[in-house]
Amino acid sequence: MTSVPTGTAFPRRDFLKGGGALIIGFSLCGAAFGQEGVDLVALATGPDQPDLKQLDTWLAIHADNTATIFLGYVELGQGSSTALLQIAAEELDLDISQVKSARLDTNRSPNQGATAASAAIARGGPRVRSAAAEARRTLLTMASKRLNAAIDRLTVSNGIVSVVDNPKRTVAYGALLGDKPFDVPFTGTAPLKPVSAYKIVGTRVPRKDIPDKVSGKYVYIQHVRVAGMLHGRVVRPRGQSAYAAGAKVLSVDESSVRNIPNARIIRRRDFIGVVAPNEWDAIRAAEQLKVTWQVMPELPGHADVYDQMRAAKTTDVVLKESGDVVAALDRAAHVVSRTYRGPYQAHAPFGPACALARVTADSAVVMCSTQNAYDTRGKLAQVLGMPAGKVRVQYYEGSGTFGRSCYDDAAQAAAILSQEVGKPVRVQFMRWDELGWDNYGPAHLADVRAGVDANGTIVAYEYRGWQHGWSTTETSQQLALGTPAGDSGEGAARQLNKLNLGSMYDIPNVRLVNRQLPGISGYLKGANLRSPLDISFSFASEQTIDELAYLAGFDPYLFRQRNTTDSRWLGVLNAVAQAAGWMPRRAAARLSDANVVTGRGIAVGTHLSSYAAAIAEIEVSKDTGRIVAKHLYGALDAGLAVNPAFIENQISGMLVQATSRILKEEVTFSRTNVTSLDWNSYPVLRFEEYPEVTPIVIQRMDQKSSGAGEEALCSAAAAIANAFFDATGARLRQYPLTPNRVLAALSQDESN
Amino acid sequence: MAELNIRVNERMWKITAAPDTPLLYVLSNELGLQGPRFGCGLAQCGSCSVLVEGVETRSCVTPVASIGSKSVTTLEGLPSWYARQKGLSKAPALHPVQQAMIDEQALQCGYCYNGMIIKAAELLSKIPQPSEAQIRSAMNGHLCRCGTYPRITKAIQRASRMIPEVSK
Repeated sequence: MTSVPTGTAFPRRDFLKGGGALIIGFSLCGAAFGQEGVDLVALATGPDQPDLKQLDTWLAIHADNTATIFLGYVELGQGSSTALLQIAAEELDLDISQVKSARLDTNRSPNQGATAASAAIARGGPRVRSAAAEARRTLLTMASKRLNAAIDRLTVSNGIVSVVDNPKRTVAYGALLGDKPFDVPFTGTAPLKPVSAYKIVGTRVPRKDIPDKVSGKYVYIQHVRVAGMLHGRVVRPRGQSAYAAGAKVLSVDESSVRNIPNARIIRRRDFIGVVAPNEWDAIRAAEQLKVTWQVMPELPGHADVYDQMRAAKTTDVVLKESGDVVAALDRAAHVVSRTYRGPYQAHAPFGPACALARVTADSAVVMCSTQNAYDTRGKLAQVLGMPAGKVRVQYYEGSGTFGRSCYDDAAQAAAILSQEVGKPVRVQFMRWDELGWDNYGPAHLADVRAGVDANGTIVAYEYRGWQHGWSTTETSQQLALGTPAGDSGEGAARQLNKLNLGSMYDIPNVRLVNRQLPGISGYLKGANLRSPLDISFSFASEQTIDELAYLAGFDPYLFRQRNTTDSRWLGVLNAVAQAAGWMPRRAAARLSDANVVTGRGIAVGTHLSSYAAAIAEIEVSKDTGRIVAKHLYGALDAGLAVNPAFIENQISGMLVQATSRILKEEVTFSRTNVTSLDWNSYPVLRFEEYPEVTPIVIQRMDQKSSGAGEEALCSAAAAIANAFFDATGARLRQYPLTPNRVLAALSQDESN
Repeated sequence: MAELNIRVNERMWKITAAPDTPLLYVLSNELGLQGPRFGCGLAQCGSCSVLVEGVETRSCVTPVASIGSKSVTTLEGLPSWYARQKGLSKAPALHPVQQAMIDEQALQCGYCYNGMIIKAAELLSKIPQPSEAQIRSAMNGHLCRCGTYPRITKAIQRASRMIPEVSK
């Protein structure tokens, strides 16, 4: 396709002279990565990455008295890039308008690991704060000489250093260092500003990315184009089979795309892609190409996966044991013992994964929306057969990923195709690729037993949970190189979350048993989906606590309050109850014969840090089985809230997403393939279904900042489940809480 | 392949494309527009939405040849479209819905906001003061994975309050 504007006026931005749209330079010497066209400061680099012990790795001061902060964490729409700038501006005594961030780039940005586990502020904040403080100290040392005044007589405002008793003697940061390197080590020894002196941290600075996002100027990965590139698509079975099985090509009928002469079929082992100069040609060719795949009936089907899990030979580990659970259950006044089931769920980013790669004989540049650029680089190096130092990864935001969705897979597919054709290749997954080949949040099965004494004190708690590890091999690598499917069962998030299973309550007798499944054969690919497994944990655990409250005759809020002494758990519980105007009464005390009944539920939960509590108010239609979440309240204590407005936005989003995940979302699959491949077969919450939301941020200026992007999800989901009991007197022990499950529960006695 | 003339954001463009090419790919790759974007290719999510003669349309399933002489407006052209609609002598920097999204700090990742803004602009052009139920109903075909629906509603309500002040 070619195009020429025929009107009298040319478009404001003349994209076409470059031979395509929005041309972004592929440069290995540094021009491509300034988010705002940052002039780069010469940088000392380590063997494969910038040296974390050099101050210049962290920030640069420009002649115009502004600063660029090189962030090791990426913006995902959570606002952390602005919040980290607030921290930097605070320590540097710059105005927020004087700081900007640079695009994350493995050749320029500090390696701080993944932007995951809600760590951007909790782990990234202290480094940025320390580096900014050290930069300020260095600049003041220079100013002291320039102004001939002792450092303790200098003060800084908006990057202008002045002498305390002689305010006419000033020098700007930009004049001291403008666009030259600091060239000093980052020692981490500079004193930090006391919290009491904060002017920017803790305030509601507007997000820097929003204006360009609403005007259409923001460059998402899906927008990036480079001169001479081809459009690529992957060709795979519609929906994955078992992880270990991968996909096996039996035959490829090249004549099936003969009507698209510009499309080229690329095959490496079982990896098949098509490339074409024209995007529509690439899409049509990928859809038309007839590939016969080996049929591999190695899955149990989504309905039977829980039986497969229970029957499997598991590796059992007692993660926590205190007291004597069995003896305590024997003595308890009331005991509950139940099984709970949680489905596979998809990351389902709204815009499918996209990446652009230019691979030459000895180097590669890959633009993608990874949450962990350095990890992505290492994997790409394996796929391309190059040293990691020859592979450069640049981050462009995609749509919200919520964990390890298909971004690495797409990056590898683009790299493989580019290596094959010797030209830059842009790969965008189709909707069915993204929903069908995700690293899903794994299914979960739990047996929970707990007991309460006659006074309403929880005396015993036992949780046995089944789950499989996370896939470590991306599909593109698996198919193209024949790399065996790897499985990681290590790490806190791959097993029971001890922080989320009864640990917020003072229970003397506790046992947590992790039943690790071999998650390669007979299971889907799994990985971290926002607050990994916590919705399943809380769905089981907080319904169990709710049942104990009911049996002991207590209001569910007062029961939790009674069994908790931790001031921060009490803080969020009390805050959410107050916001919702909670009036104590026993659950299910107002059952009605009406068709539409209402209920309310409360729950607490977290991920790896922070404290959250939620209350849900719902309606249930007994004839249709439909649950409508009317109003959700969520309180989150994430320590020092660098920007309370961003956390409110996160809480609001979590309340809505939790509603979607508990009511609607389930990956479906047959014996051979995943079958939930679009928004009809993988429904998410829609506009007409969202609840009113009330977010509550507990500001704790005296505490370290902790995660705020995941921790309110699970309590909100569990609160909805508890509200269902309050409305109907029946419990749902498998989610999503679909109309069919609701109708089934309502047709049974409360004995299931 | 065919030569076609299409009117996008009040400019005429001569393009060469297979007639069945969805409008989305012409807008993205030939015209370099960033508003409409791929989400599903199935008209299920609304990320690719544009206005065709003022009617919200899924560009991912609309063959470019079917546009004919109709006028296409993308996110980029929304302020001018609004100015024409309201008889303003000069286009504002942003459509009131865009400004309201900033004022409400509504977005998270923002990928769905092209469609959200296009659809909301269409809604307010037809119903200047929509009720919450009307907003929810009109917007129901547009998905947001981050869960920002409540703020989008607030932003549309805010925009609806801004519009009478600037219309003739």
